[in-house]
Amino acid sequence: MEKNKLTTGKVAGIIANLVIVDVDGPVSQNEICYINLGGVKLMAEVIKVLGSKAYTQVFESTRGLKIGESVDFMGHMLEVTLGPGILSRNFDGLQNDLDKMEGTFLKRGEYTAPINVDQEWPFSPLAKAGDQVLAGDWLGEVKENWIGHKIMVPFKFEGKYTVKSVKAEGIYKASDTIAVLTDKDGREVNVSMVQKWPVKVPIKAYTDKPRPFRLMETGVRIIDTMNPIVEGGTGFVPGPFGSGKTVLQHALSKQAEADLIIVAACGERANEVVEIFTEFPELDDPRTGRKLMERTTIIANTSNMPVAAREASVYTAMTLGEYYRSMGLKVLLLADSTSRWAQALREMSNRMEELPGPDAFPMDLPAIISSFYARAGYVYLNNGSTGSITFIGTVSPAGGNLKEPVTESTKKAARCFFALSQQRADSKRYPAVDPIDSYSKYLEYPELQEYLAENISPDWLQNVLETKNLLLRGKEAYEQINILGDDGVPIDYHLRYWKSEVIDFVILQQDAFDKIDASTPIERQKDMLGKVLEVCHTGFDFDGFEEVNPYFKRLINVFKQMNYSLYQSGDFKKYEAELDAIIKERKAA
Amino acid sequence: METKAFQKIYTKVTQITKATCTLQASGIGYEEMATVNGRLAQVVKINGDNVTLQIFSGTEGIPTNAEVVFLGRPPVLKVGEELAGRFFNAYGQPIDGGPEVEGEEREIGGPSVNPVRRKQPSELIATGIAGIDLNNTLVTGQKIPFFADPDQPFNQVMAMVALRAKADKIILGGMGLTNDDYLYYKNVFDNAGALDRIISFVNTTENPPVERLLVPDMALTAAEYFAFDKKETVLVLLTDMTLYADALSIVSNRMDQIPSKDSMPGSLYSDLAKIYEKAVQFPEGGSITIIAVTTLSSGDITHAIPDNTGYITEGQLFLRRDSDIGKVIVDPFRSLSRLKQLVIGKQTRKDHPQVMNAAVRLYADASNAKTKLENGFDLTDYDVRTMNFAREYSNDLLAIDVNIDTTMMLDKAWELFGKHFSKAEVGIKQEFVDLYWPV
Repeated sequence: MEKNKLTTGKVAGIIANLVIVDVDGPVSQNEICYINLGGVKLMAEVIKVLGSKAYTQVFESTRGLKIGESVDFMGHMLEVTLGPGILSRNFDGLQNDLDKMEGTFLKRGEYTAPINVDQEWPFSPLAKAGDQVLAGDWLGEVKENWIGHKIMVPFKFEGKYTVKSVKAEGIYKASDTIAVLTDKDGREVNVSMVQKWPVKVPIKAYTDKPRPFRLMETGVRIIDTMNPIVEGGTGFVPGPFGSGKTVLQHALSKQAEADLIIVAACGERANEVVEIFTEFPELDDPRTGRKLMERTTIIANTSNMPVAAREASVYTAMTLGEYYRSMGLKVLLLADSTSRWAQALREMSNRMEELPGPDAFPMDLPAIISSFYARAGYVYLNNGSTGSITFIGTVSPAGGNLKEPVTESTKKAARCFFALSQQRADSKRYPAVDPIDSYSKYLEYPELQEYLAENISPDWLQNVLETKNLLLRGKEAYEQINILGDDGVPIDYHLRYWKSEVIDFVILQQDAFDKIDASTPIERQKDMLGKVLEVCHTGFDFDGFEEVNPYFKRLINVFKQMNYSLYQSGDFKKYEAELDAIIKERKAA
Repeated sequence: METKAFQKIYTKVTQITKATCTLQASGIGYEEMATVNGRLAQVVKINGDNVTLQIFSGTEGIPTNAEVVFLGRPPVLKVGEELAGRFFNAYGQPIDGGPEVEGEEREIGGPSVNPVRRKQPSELIATGIAGIDLNNTLVTGQKIPFFADPDQPFNQVMAMVALRAKADKIILGGMGLTNDDYLYYKNVFDNAGALDRIISFVNTTENPPVERLLVPDMALTAAEYFAFDKKETVLVLLTDMTLYADALSIVSNRMDQIPSKDSMPGSLYSDLAKIYEKAVQFPEGGSITIIAVTTLSSGDITHAIPDNTGYITEGQLFLRRDSDIGKVIVDPFRSLSRLKQLVIGKQTRKDHPQVMNAAVRLYADASNAKTKLENGFDLTDYDVRTMNFAREYSNDLLAIDVNIDTTMMLDKAWELFGKHFSKAEVGIKQEFVDLYWPV
């Protein structure tokens, strides 16, 4: 893999950000090179080799680039730097620290160090001399924000090593040697707190990747109650524009029960990232009482930033996630939107004049998407502890049509499907997750079923399935009413429809902008579902269908006031009593 | 920057297509400007010694011995205070008979703002139109298009919004604007005495379509000058972005690129995003707000142009003729301002978000009732009331001829709630009902 002399080359052709380079030596696929543009170095990646011509995609604008400019190849793939100091940072897709860049406008060829290697950290050892270690094993720990950031045997190390020495407890710079290991041939290697890893290669420093089984609470009722996601699970959110993808993603990043959140803003609006920069440092994490920003890391490659780096950004985010997972942490990775990443692939494929697949996307799109989703998961580390990456990606289907290639490929890879519906969004039923089309495959996992029975209640799963069924029946009743008219159907149909409306308004709909309603703990979700099902199980007496609508409107209104009140507060109990009284009014004998 | 001392003239064109020509040249920079027999052109591809130029006004009549001169720079605009009040073509040359603008040359289509150097938009833009201020509030630094069929009065509404928006500068980027519309804008701004705040870059239907590709970058380079250098509030009007995208597809087609959805280039999303993302709120005070027009073909928003636009912009405004009241309204269902959450209930009265949602929900009930009526079913008392509400709501609030402030809009909405509904039917938080329910 290592080459003694690094290859160089000269620019031979330019088509937008595809630059063809004449090379004088060996190059490898995905190797990184720097193209000289009047003293500025533009980073590029090899994406195709034809004879002595390397086709490279440049991560910057190529305006002004000339034929014959020199190119230096680096002998490695696109890598990220891993070490303490990554948390709470704002990186671009290539892991440049955006805050360290000068000026208001991004300058070409300005690359900043992702972490400060001179920063000092209070270190305490976890391994001792004589220990046998593998890549990813913990040698020591430093405090980064509030987490115990593990200093690990570099992932690039192959085979068994023996610890020769580890530094004693004390303050060290990130670049200091904190341990010396010997390999099987007795050669000594120094290990610092910093290591590098190529983003397109999964980090596999774990012993086992079982089926995930622990519920990951998000505070969003339509997810937790109806279509739960699990620690180490995968899900995706397709939806036409304006259906609330971003609001949902932000809700997840604020509320999800994870140790760390990594947000890859991939080809989306810059103002959405600004919202995170602006609000998260102010918002409290309800679980730890710390600021949300302390657990959040942002990879921002917004839509106006170079297209090629957009593709890199999701890999960078995933690699950072894998790094923290190896420390035994629960990571939630959000990518908004994976469609933009696919479009970046399409633009390049197009410039290279490859034969196109459906909608001009590259033929290997499904494979690329599924191998990316496969990097998420719940793992047992070498020392028996566990870590996880839960991945939720959004998809922006062209024309809101879920039959397009990115949605279809993702559907095969992700286990939870949160379909956003234009119709629900139009009638302001937020979050606009379609209750009928969406699913969580995890509900079928016996592992999760057992977990839910133990941790929520033994009849929880049954209640959830019943709720889903009631929604479906309500929808059918509604269609019948629409076809036959209000008086053309038995009152029972109206009841069935309105009961499903109660579920819709009280459980499914949630006000992301209300302080209390925005996030519902699972305990409260269980209570509310119980209450709603109680209404659904109640027989009601009505003299005519005209009475049904106003009665249920009143009922729903009180339910909503409950959702807006602090759990178990005076107001909450007052509304609950009011509700019981309303139910009694019409309860069948 | 200026390298005019000696310029090499090439006279050997080896290939000519409808939009491009290729010749052998060396030392040429990518995206560099050139003239081909006096016509402006730009480098779009370099392969060894072969340089391909896109000629903006087309290649009709270009001979193989055309004189090609490379200008040694990408397209630029001269910026300065003198831009104010002037009208330019797509190349930034005056078309109002006035003198050339003297000023600093800026490359157009320059670099993006570092996202961490942006400020979260937070200043409300009041337009007086309730369909906008009440339901789809605009904020400085926002980018939002009108999605409209060609027969709708979007140019009038846009001019109205521009004049009421209290911007320091209004920059009009006209692409494929008919001469009549161009004169309309000129007149409206003139009559309002606002001409000294206006800067226009106009490509009319009389000019070659490919020239349009320069218009948004020209307009936004001027906008960045005023917003960043001069810290002014700048409003950029871009009309019509559909014609801009059509020009993109013409170019990509002529360069033999594989088209993706709806014959549009695969890079359409990035191309549009590069323009719209210039909308920004700078921490130092200046801002660029973009209001654009994307014309639809018979309301189809799944077409690649409106579809990609919708994913980029922060909402969209739909105009619709409401046959019940015979006026054009801002459609409450399909319109959306994503940034409204940053200001409503904060810079406006606290009940704003809830009132807005309740009214739209009731309006939706009315449209269900209407469907029922059309299908020949009996209406309930509630159905009738929602329909009465909808008519008044549409006439008194959604119509584009309404011009009142936000507090009055909210009061009007409460008045309508009280007139047609019970408190429970409206479903608003109790504390607001207690405060505002009309007695």
